[in-house]
Amino acid sequence: MTTTTTPPDLDPPRLTASGRQRFADPLFRWLAISAGMSVLVVLGLMIGMTTRDALPVFDYQGFFSFLFSDEWRAGPSRSGFTGEYGAWSFIYGTIVTSAIAVSIALPLAIAVSLYITRVAPKRLRSTLSYTVEMLAAIPSVVYGLWGLLFFAPVFLRPAMEYLESGLSWIPVFGRLFEGPIYTTSYFTAGVVLAIMILPIITAVTREVMAQVPRDQIDAAYGMGATDWEVMRRIIIRSSFPGIVGATMLGLGRALGETMAVAMLVGGSQRWAMSLFFGGDGLAAHIANTFQDASPETITALIGIGVVLFILTVVVNVGARLLVWRIGRVAGDAAL
Amino acid sequence: MTTTLSPSRPATRPSSLRDIDAYTRRRRRRSQWVRWSLMIAMGIAIAPLALIILQVIVRGWPALGWEFFTQAEPPHRREGGGYLQGIVGTLYMVGIASVLAVPLGIMGAVYLTEYGRGWLPKIVRFFSDVMTGVPSVFVGLFVYTALVQQFRFGTIMGAIGLAIMMLPIIVRSSEEMLRLVPEDQRAASAGLGARKWQTIAKVVLPSAAPGLTTGAMLAVARAAGETAVLLLTALGSLTVVTAFSGVAQSSMSLLIYRGATQPFDPGKERAWAGALVLMGIVFLLTIAARYITARSRR
Repeated sequence: MTTTTTPPDLDPPRLTASGRQRFADPLFRWLAISAGMSVLVVLGLMIGMTTRDALPVFDYQGFFSFLFSDEWRAGPSRSGFTGEYGAWSFIYGTIVTSAIAVSIALPLAIAVSLYITRVAPKRLRSTLSYTVEMLAAIPSVVYGLWGLLFFAPVFLRPAMEYLESGLSWIPVFGRLFEGPIYTTSYFTAGVVLAIMILPIITAVTREVMAQVPRDQIDAAYGMGATDWEVMRRIIIRSSFPGIVGATMLGLGRALGETMAVAMLVGGSQRWAMSLFFGGDGLAAHIANTFQDASPETITALIGIGVVLFILTVVVNVGARLLVWRIGRVAGDAAL
Repeated sequence: MTTTLSPSRPATRPSSLRDIDAYTRRRRRRSQWVRWSLMIAMGIAIAPLALIILQVIVRGWPALGWEFFTQAEPPHRREGGGYLQGIVGTLYMVGIASVLAVPLGIMGAVYLTEYGRGWLPKIVRFFSDVMTGVPSVFVGLFVYTALVQQFRFGTIMGAIGLAIMMLPIIVRSSEEMLRLVPEDQRAASAGLGARKWQTIAKVVLPSAAPGLTTGAMLAVARAAGETAVLLLTALGSLTVVTAFSGVAQSSMSLLIYRGATQPFDPGKERAWAGALVLMGIVFLLTIAARYITARSRR
């Protein structure tokens, strides 16, 4: 990297600059500081202004009733409230889809990271990790389109039918797999979400696994451990906190993901235990109904937004604290 | 960490190193088996990418033609036409968003690397990381409550929403790039008598320029595919909109969303074509950014 600086002009040597230049340094410093603060200001404004706008609906419905009632009936009023606003169906939908996503993506991400760091030939490693990370570059709406018109009807519908016929007879547990089956359902949204969060969990996990001290690994091999024993007892064990952090990062993404879920989760305003039911999630419900909403419903949607924000920020703060403790993990900002 | 690998010593001394007992053989077989299953897992992880790219190309290519880039979208029932209003809207809004977010983000990174002392930069850094995880629909809601309610849907509203999404990405990636600039260069510049702002503007930033470009490109790629923010700030439009504000604007992603969720085949075909174009743009930017990073790290 070459850098050219203009050579200092030698004659006449001017060590004193004009009076105006005295202010250049403080001005620049002030610019940089305010730019740095802008992140905090925007974040603060976000939570402040939306909470302010959502307060009327929390007042009208009661905060706990807003969270735990499952009766959502949008009212048509331009001023004041006439509907019922209990967001439990959407909270449930968000939790269930994210849970499905994490339970599929986490084992897969660990396996992929192990493969990339321990098994794959050296020259393939960076190509493989780039390939997985390309999944993060695909826009959410393209996942939605692909899921809706191809993946759900062609792959997931048969998969759901198979699971239904195989598992729904089990007492209690089987209720999760009860019919009727909807092509767009919690399960569909969850599986596509799993694909979407796989790259971020993999990126962080892989980086943490690469940091496991070489000595420990060599010592284990020296004692006669097999590849699998090294992976299980050394690598997974010592990168465990990082894997937890990575999972929470992925969970945060899954909770906040909007378009793909909005297109794939079904879009009803009810909920059911069955994973094959078509419900709605918090973010998805905002996207699905915003454009037809009356002013009072928009206030309620902002209320949903606030709940969603709190949920994702709590998860993200936890994840960042965990990931930060184990050292700087580069390159996930853009994922 | 104590690890017992074998439950007991074999009763007889092995004749050679190749002579292993049944337990060891079992461990070795299991290890082999795990290696194979990891390989299969890798395949499963890559399969969706291949499936998406394949489907988007196969279904999007036929609908892609000259018309696609030169005409606005007709009603979903009708064949032909294109995504002109979306292409214009996306370029327009992403352009404005970059003008807003790139300088601000880079200056924010300058604060973190050059001026930050004590606990405050740690907080800024932490919350920019947290901000990358804020749901895009929430950013849309924020812009809606803060601005759209007074100034109506429009290009600039969408651009502001996108800029908020881009900001933390640019801050964090630029910060990493600025840290790679050797301290010696700053010292040398100061030694020549440059003021601090001159050092930053004429030495540090140019030296980190390739890296800063890649960060900006990744953020642009993210913004180009963004939908949820625009749903709440730009709203969508049936015709090409050139107004800066006050008139609802469209974007590629919004058109894809509408095309995918309506029942008519011609509209769906155009949505696939739109997805192909959008993915082309995003992949091009992402791969180019990766390439530049890889080259400058060497």
